[in-house]
Amino acid sequence: MTLILSAIPILVAGGHLWKSYYYLFYGALGTRFNLLETFVKASPLLLTGLAVAFAFRAKFWNIGAEGQLLAGALAATVLGIHMGSVPQPLVLPIVIISGFLAGGIWAAIPAILKTKFKVDDVVSTLLLNYVMWHIMGALLFGPLQQPGSSWPRSAAIIKAACYPILLPRSRFHMGILIAFFAVFVIWFINQKTTFGYRSKAVGVNIKAAHFGGINTTSVIVWTALISGGLAGLAGVGELCAIQYRLIMDISPGYGYSGIVIAMLGNLHPVGVLFSSLFFSVIIVGAQTMSRMTGVPSYIAEVIQGMSLMVMLIFLLFTEYKIKVTKK
Amino acid sequence: MNELLDIAFISGLIGATMRMATPIIFATLGEILSERAGVLNLGIEGIMLMGAMTGFLVTFTSGSIWLGVLAGAGVGMLLGLLMAFLAVYLGLSQHVSGLGITLFATGLAMFIYRLHFGSPTVPPIIQPFKQITIPLLSKIPVIGPGLFTQYSLTYIAWLLIPALSILLYKTKIGLKIRTVGENPVVADTVGVNVLLTRTLCLVAGGALMGIGGAFLTLAHQNMFLIDVIGGRGWVAIAMVIFGNWDPLKGTFGALIFGFLDALQLRLQGLGIAVSFHLFLMIPYLLTIVALISVSRKASIPASLLKPYRREEKGG
Repeated sequence: MTLILSAIPILVAGGHLWKSYYYLFYGALGTRFNLLETFVKASPLLLTGLAVAFAFRAKFWNIGAEGQLLAGALAATVLGIHMGSVPQPLVLPIVIISGFLAGGIWAAIPAILKTKFKVDDVVSTLLLNYVMWHIMGALLFGPLQQPGSSWPRSAAIIKAACYPILLPRSRFHMGILIAFFAVFVIWFINQKTTFGYRSKAVGVNIKAAHFGGINTTSVIVWTALISGGLAGLAGVGELCAIQYRLIMDISPGYGYSGIVIAMLGNLHPVGVLFSSLFFSVIIVGAQTMSRMTGVPSYIAEVIQGMSLMVMLIFLLFTEYKIKVTKK
Repeated sequence: MNELLDIAFISGLIGATMRMATPIIFATLGEILSERAGVLNLGIEGIMLMGAMTGFLVTFTSGSIWLGVLAGAGVGMLLGLLMAFLAVYLGLSQHVSGLGITLFATGLAMFIYRLHFGSPTVPPIIQPFKQITIPLLSKIPVIGPGLFTQYSLTYIAWLLIPALSILLYKTKIGLKIRTVGENPVVADTVGVNVLLTRTLCLVAGGALMGIGGAFLTLAHQNMFLIDVIGGRGWVAIAMVIFGNWDPLKGTFGALIFGFLDALQLRLQGLGIAVSFHLFLMIPYLLTIVALISVSRKASIPASLLKPYRREEKGG
């Protein structure tokens, strides 16, 4: 459905329709390198998608995955540069855990503001994205700037802090496995633990959850910690496997795409897995399509936005049908 | 420090504050109108970007700057209508619909821009608005030159503030809008068309957001850059809460934001070594702090976020 709708902008751009679709999918899946590249692109999307889905499930409106991603990348940079004297096998675990914590803490702040001060979480998580972006900017123009460079970028992280590349002649890195593993972990938390149940109960009806004896404040803050942590891991992945040094545009809006991906995946971890792969196909494929047919690669963003709306309307109709049959 | 107390500096600062606040005032007023009718429009950031891009594109091709402003308003109205379709008629989650519109409009704005201009090394520019000096008033010492040498859109923004206040609090239409936002069942019972009222507020609000965006490419700058909005839409959302859904108080918040923005630029101009990133962070932090202090006593429209379906009333 989305693909049919996306024909409109392609045609407007004067692109040849079938050729455009062919290059879109060829560019994403056609060769070994491109296919692996689709996985590379999917891993941050998957992590931010999971982050948002986990938070939304508890009705903690975390729009701040972008800032949490940056927080994770920032923590990984600081540690990744300065841990030369730490035993090598310990470096990467420390980097990963602190990236998770940095993202988690950055998400816990609006959760605390929400529970203690009734500050709207949509607004606070959004504003904190900009705060984190400016913190990063201040550091990259200041103490973190690579010595001798006039660009806002940090020094490179040490070798031991880089994610190992798992397949030769590609960028298929360990972070992809971490992202896939996170799908399982979130599924497990959701389905098999009391915390997952409580988190959902808070999302369905916070008052009922409260009267049912659930400490809703603690549930929301912990949900935020996990959510932000996942987004933080996305930042660690981009830093330790793709860029190897912190730059201002380390994320082209993965945190915001995560929101759409979470919604498209119906907030279910497996759904998020599929929607992140779908998005990644479109983003990677749009590059090839753009090169071959001249349709601007921003078509990827247009398709993302359209797919969300189509999905929303589609969900509404399925819901409606269920209601009708019940009667 | 003497330079800071210089009259020319203060006067310049006042003028810059007004300029920086203008797009946020437009956006805040648009959002207040939408939220008073019971719809949180998170599409604001994307609507502003579309307004900025469309305004620029139309001015660039037609040569008429006012046509650009109209186009910015028009595209804002269309996106407001889309929001109404999703959130009012289909009754979808307002959070998700709004974010969807922001993502869609952001992609679309950049897509159309690229389509039209390609990726030139030097961005295309237009002849932007000129500032208009109001005679006599601009002669008032200290504050005069800053307040009364402004773009026409800034003056319009200032006229809109009391206009919206009067509309909301003193007219029958305003009463209808507020009732729809507070208690749609009551509104419906007395014969107000809830869905239509919400739609019209979203469309009119979208127009204001679109103009706010267009101000950035037609007056503040003379070119379109991808990050031209830079979160100003989200700031407007915060200002609505900060201002307790009141046009006057919301404007006050927008002015504080504009002041810090302007001060930062001026201090840099004076060569005072401040990290501009640290400085630009202050407005966001202040907004959060302000939200902490006002959120407890916020008088949020009672039916904000709640879709209205008539048939559910009878059960």
